[in-house]
Amino acid sequence: MTAGYNTISLGTGRKEFNPRKPRPDIEHYIKEAGQGVLRQIGGAKNVDESVIGNFIAGRFNKQGHLDGFIPMIDKGLSMKPAVRVEGACASGGLSLVTGIRQVLAETSEVVLSLGFEVQNTVKAIYGADILALAGWFKKRKKGHAYFFPGQFSDRAGAYYEKYGYERTRKGMARWYANAIENARLDPTAQEYHNANPDPYATALKMQPNGKFFVDHLTVLDCSKVSDAASGISICSEEGLKRIGIDKKDAVEVIGFGHAVRDITSDPTDLTELETIKFAAHQALENAGITIDQVGTVETHDCFSIAGILAVEALGLAAKGEGADYVAEGKTGRNGELPFNTTGGLIGWGHPTGGTGVHQAVTIWQQLTGKAGDAQINISDDRPYGLTINMGGDDVTVTSIVFKRGE
Amino acid sequence: MTYNERLENVAVLGAAGKMGSGILLLTAVHMADLSLQNKDKTYVLYAIDVSDKALTGLMEYLRVQVRKLAEKKTVWLREMYADRNDLIENFDIIDEYIMDVLKIVRPVTAVEAAYNSNIVFEAVNENRALKVKLFTQIKQHASKDVWFFTNTSSVPIHLIDEEALLGGKVIGFHFYNPPAVQRLVELIKTDNTQQEVVDFAYEYAKNLKKIVVPSNDFAGFIGNGHFMRDGLHGMSEAQKLATEKNIPLYQAIYMINKVTQEYLIRPMGIYQLMDYVGIDVMQFILNVMNPFVSDEELHSDLLDKMMEQGVKGGQFSSGAQKDGFLKYEKGKPIAVWDIDKKEYVAFDTFKADADAMLGAIPESATPWKATLKMKNKDEVFNKFYTDLKTTDILGAKIALRYGKRSKAIGEKLVVDNVAHNADDVNTVMLTGFFHAYGPINNYFD
Repeated sequence: MTAGYNTISLGTGRKEFNPRKPRPDIEHYIKEAGQGVLRQIGGAKNVDESVIGNFIAGRFNKQGHLDGFIPMIDKGLSMKPAVRVEGACASGGLSLVTGIRQVLAETSEVVLSLGFEVQNTVKAIYGADILALAGWFKKRKKGHAYFFPGQFSDRAGAYYEKYGYERTRKGMARWYANAIENARLDPTAQEYHNANPDPYATALKMQPNGKFFVDHLTVLDCSKVSDAASGISICSEEGLKRIGIDKKDAVEVIGFGHAVRDITSDPTDLTELETIKFAAHQALENAGITIDQVGTVETHDCFSIAGILAVEALGLAAKGEGADYVAEGKTGRNGELPFNTTGGLIGWGHPTGGTGVHQAVTIWQQLTGKAGDAQINISDDRPYGLTINMGGDDVTVTSIVFKRGE
Repeated sequence: MTYNERLENVAVLGAAGKMGSGILLLTAVHMADLSLQNKDKTYVLYAIDVSDKALTGLMEYLRVQVRKLAEKKTVWLREMYADRNDLIENFDIIDEYIMDVLKIVRPVTAVEAAYNSNIVFEAVNENRALKVKLFTQIKQHASKDVWFFTNTSSVPIHLIDEEALLGGKVIGFHFYNPPAVQRLVELIKTDNTQQEVVDFAYEYAKNLKKIVVPSNDFAGFIGNGHFMRDGLHGMSEAQKLATEKNIPLYQAIYMINKVTQEYLIRPMGIYQLMDYVGIDVMQFILNVMNPFVSDEELHSDLLDKMMEQGVKGGQFSSGAQKDGFLKYEKGKPIAVWDIDKKEYVAFDTFKADADAMLGAIPESATPWKATLKMKNKDEVFNKFYTDLKTTDILGAKIALRYGKRSKAIGEKLVVDNVAHNADDVNTVMLTGFFHAYGPINNYFD
């Protein structure tokens, strides 16, 4: 993969965001991200086909038939194949693995992979309805007004009960602080303008209050409502030659995992993300590596508790010890294994259908030294990057292992 | 009759007006919430107003405002509609709730609708004769033991009681503008007000999450008792300043407005506040109050002149500010009325001179907005007003005189037994007028 591009993640937190004023539309985001990639790969003529990931523009923007927007990016994409994929918040990841499969199947040499969501069209209370479609609709009636925060609040509540409230909250507060500190280093991040001198203290002080929100999470434990798009190109070696990009400026997909859990069944254990565990291990196995060879991870922290549970799912900490692992700073940018180095979903933003692609762009930037102020050191003995993109409550998961091209 | 039963049939008079619409909104929402918890009962709220057009506007206002309120309590609403399997998403539930509130409300122009009500809220013009006429008519035809709640900000309640023959079934329940936002309610009972009416009023205020300050039954009560005198002081200060400094009155008005906002750390200057309330309303209230005070003259020639010239202030139905002493652009004052030439003079033409005359405000000054979340307000105000006392700029002198006058007005309200104590005066000015500190303080001593 190469030629990644992120738009700004627009929403609360960004100085230019004003909910009362008109904002860029989905056309703007698709175009900006698409053209951002095309500019780096010699134009649309080099693209064989496109994949666009989006969760639910049908409701946020009253727009379906999204593959029809691909030729709008550039006339050169007209009369070429394009497909829209959807797997809730894993739609971006599906866009990537769909492209990867096309390249592996040798039906394409160069795939343009996009992901986007424009969510600020409705207030949060209605956005919660729309995002709830990532769950089983037959459970909606009994669910919380803020359905998904409610789901992960239950997970956090179960974790507190099993392993202790204080230590878990410390881990969650550290997760938030890491997200903010990393986001401040990436000008496209939604929390880029966050100037709080002590985000850790703010998060630790804030207590969950079920009267106003959900029982076990605060708003700082949640990812942002975001408008954004990301794009990247997925190429075979032939394709890379065609677009004239050096292997050193690309990342190689070493392995990937992709798994789906039955949406109509409850998780067997609220304190475990079993699909993430399965798909991430599948990706590592497929790549023939172990987690201690990974230099950075982009995980799906739609909620801080999901970040902690992912740490455990990856086997970095035993069950119940993920919160301590995070609290000790091991997932920080200077820690044992830096996670979400441009802020993740809590710091950079969570344009639901775009997130999976954004994760790949961040890994590409980090492994090829293009991350700017957010750049971390990737050592030779741990040269791999890993992404985990989750749809729904641990239902659809894609996970990819990357390494810098050579 | 229980609290809930009494709220089964209510009427609001002047329901489409500035205050009435807010009272109607709060009451409709409260009644709807009761109906959700008592599904076998029927709740009816008559929105009575003289204008059909205004009533149409009222329904639109309700639709928008109820949605906003519903969005803030969706968690609770989901519980209330838990048995409704057809209502699944927040979208569905909020829409249903809006309908549930609106279906309680009956917009009508006929006052006869109130004849079956248990409670009548009154928010018509500040006109004693009109209030008495309406109450008399309803009382004579009432089929129930009707209670009257008047939103008057100035008319003594006992006079309404006596003249409309209400037998103590009346209480002053004075909301602040806008009722849906302002938390303060002045509660005025007379010697004759029935205890059950008082008890109900307190419970109702509590359910509306209002802060109640009891005031004695003297014309103007606490809020207008202070504000009217404060405004009169502002007008006499401007007139004095114009004479002393030999400057046009409009320039002096600008200067006093600036001092009362920036030096007294208030949300707006006194002239902007008078425009907000309405010059006509202010004159009206002064006329109501004046006959009841013997030791001072509550009257202003300047107000009379403004009225003669047809400059009245107040607000458009959209809530936008009408021009009064000051002219507004996007809600901000940009010019001031010249009473001699009968035209507005742009601030720009004299602002530099006027500001120079006032002098440079000490650096310890804090804008009102910045004080909202301050934890060490007292310390900040002490420092600033101490600084004011040690400088000899004109602005400081006016401000210190103003602060002392404001305190004297507050203290007199307690001495005259309008307010029970100094805390009540301060609470009214803090919560009803959003002052940063109460008028009875030690900053200006």
